[in-house]
Amino acid sequence: MSAGPGNPANAPVLEIRGLCVDYGRGATATRAVIDADLTLHRGEVLGLAGESGSGKSTLAYGATRLLRQPGIITGGRVLFRPSAESPDFAIDILDASPQTLRGLRWRDVAIVFQSAMNSLNPVLSVQAQLTDTVAAHLPQSTKSERREHAAGLLKLVGISEDRLRSFPHELSGGMKQRVMIALALALDPQVVIMDEPTTALDVVTQRQIVEQVIRLREELGFSVLFITHDLSLLIEMADVIAIMYAGRIVESAPAQRLFRAPRHPYTAALLDSFPSLHGKPKMLAGIPGSPPDMRNLPPGCPFAPRCRYALPRCVEQYPAITSPAIASAARRLVACWLHEERELPAGLAVPEPDDETGTPVPVVPGSSGGAR
Amino acid sequence: MAVDLVSSADLEALPHRVARTRSWAWIGRSRWVTAGLVLFAVFVFLAIFGSVLAPYDPSAIGTRMLAPPSAAHLLGTTQTGQDVLSQLLVGAGPTLEIGFLAGVVATALSIIVGVSAGYFIGSGGEVLSLLANVFLVIPGLPLLIVLTSYVPRASNWEIALVLAVVGWAWGARVLRAQTLALRQQDFVQAAEAAGESSLRIIFFEILPNEIAIVATSFVYTVVGAISFYVALAFLGIGNINTWNWGTMLYYAESNQAITSGAWWWYGPPGVAVALILLALVMLNFGIDEFINPRLRAAGISRRELRAASRHQGITPVAANRRNAAPLAAGRDTANATRRTR
Repeated sequence: MSAGPGNPANAPVLEIRGLCVDYGRGATATRAVIDADLTLHRGEVLGLAGESGSGKSTLAYGATRLLRQPGIITGGRVLFRPSAESPDFAIDILDASPQTLRGLRWRDVAIVFQSAMNSLNPVLSVQAQLTDTVAAHLPQSTKSERREHAAGLLKLVGISEDRLRSFPHELSGGMKQRVMIALALALDPQVVIMDEPTTALDVVTQRQIVEQVIRLREELGFSVLFITHDLSLLIEMADVIAIMYAGRIVESAPAQRLFRAPRHPYTAALLDSFPSLHGKPKMLAGIPGSPPDMRNLPPGCPFAPRCRYALPRCVEQYPAITSPAIASAARRLVACWLHEERELPAGLAVPEPDDETGTPVPVVPGSSGGAR
Repeated sequence: MAVDLVSSADLEALPHRVARTRSWAWIGRSRWVTAGLVLFAVFVFLAIFGSVLAPYDPSAIGTRMLAPPSAAHLLGTTQTGQDVLSQLLVGAGPTLEIGFLAGVVATALSIIVGVSAGYFIGSGGEVLSLLANVFLVIPGLPLLIVLTSYVPRASNWEIALVLAVVGWAWGARVLRAQTLALRQQDFVQAAEAAGESSLRIIFFEILPNEIAIVATSFVYTVVGAISFYVALAFLGIGNINTWNWGTMLYYAESNQAITSGAWWWYGPPGVAVALILLALVMLNFGIDEFINPRLRAAGISRRELRAASRHQGITPVAANRRNAAPLAAGRDTANATRRTR
């Protein structure tokens, strides 16, 4: 994990601070992302997980100002640091002019969209779609250069060059997805946002694509903001994972630490709800209830009604996201009142694992540290 | 251990707050729709109570001829001393009644023909489609004149029927196109595969998805029917013995109201026709705003949407954006990282 955040040479490339995104204005406005803080370091894979409607995509699109009407950004800053050499120079994307944004997008920050399978134009060949992008952003390039570049991009994602003349309907789902990734990488961006890029694919293809992304990340050195609701996938591929619930980031930690020692009841419950390959079979718990209505959020912690450890203060006030007392040495943040209590529930008090990179240990996810 | 943490009682106790999503608040948001609704309500009121409110018998011949508006005759009198205001009030009823009757009949016709033409593929659908096309090609007003001349003392019903026959084809054409598109959708195919009857599929699967088109085409058919009816009456075709805004204009024109400068005679019915049509068009804007989810969900009006789409692809940032809290130690991962090293 040389490219991970453990390497101090890796400065932040994208910093999201206190981002608030609303849908609509005035009385009917719904706040979909609330005070979100995220830091993406160079060469890092940052996983953003949460259930449907928790604001993952809104956060990513808001930060890149790609949200459609009625989305509006009502607070925060999004700092993009284009140069590794001068880390103090930052562009606030929220203050950027349309021209600056145009220059920034795709060249510096590229996106693989959620519906990637349908994002390719069915009447244009793969080559045309790849070269169009390059032609638009690098108008001085020649035709043969662009063609060569397109071939190189396809090769990069493991598709043979003779597919350049293919049309999207002649490609399989996985290949289309790879073309989309190649398209995102066409201008050698520093940050690639991937919004559930593997959702519509079967697990084998999913694995291939994820491995490809990891390999490309190491080759090309870009950073990835990977959005998914598949937490088990993130645990394998991400360096850092942030968990979202009801528009807020409730916990963020290095992947293995989050997996072995969750500190937020929601994270713990999520980890409890998927089966493990190892260990004894066990009953999956699931999380009772359903996520709150974002138009009508309770004043306290939105997870409190579903939380098995909820305290009286949980329904009154939302806890700030801070380093939990139990693991002050670890690079992790959690927003939960339980960590100010003297007694933590056993499931949330698992000692931090020493070996962060983690060899596959037969762990039953979520089983409490006290039991082992 | 994770087995019996949640009992069903726990699940019941969870707050299930399902808010009503569709509020009628959007109506007040758009000034166009509000104005249209108010105007429309006024006209409906006049149409219902016009003959009660009228101060005089509209046909009664008076002694003061071609008098400008005064306290006795608020909108003046005609050449034969008839009260213009009374004519206007009494005439509101038939004008709106025929417009809406024609709208209802034409919409029903266009649904029957249009949806069938779109749903039943084959010669039957083709014939219905051809029928609609033929009616589209026939010029409306001449056909109306010919048809009305067959029924010179036509009742309101008969005139409405004639207007509907002229006006249904456009709506049918649009509905046919929409039905053709919908019948290829998976949910319709699934209903067919499940063995649902054609009637059920049409009424429960297809038609509910076309309600918006039906509503707008209804309103526009009413607009067309009112204009054609007034136009016919103005030309003196049809029954000129009933009072409506068209016959008012007919008498005004044939008695040289314009050359003698009697603006109070030809002005009020003309303005009334223009206003009711305007109200209906504004109502149609309202229907559009109601059925267009992007307008409704946004809580914005059409104008705002147009302004916003000028900056398409760039999410607006609120002018009074809250700034992020200062980077307190421990608040972000980057700082936390440095602290631990």
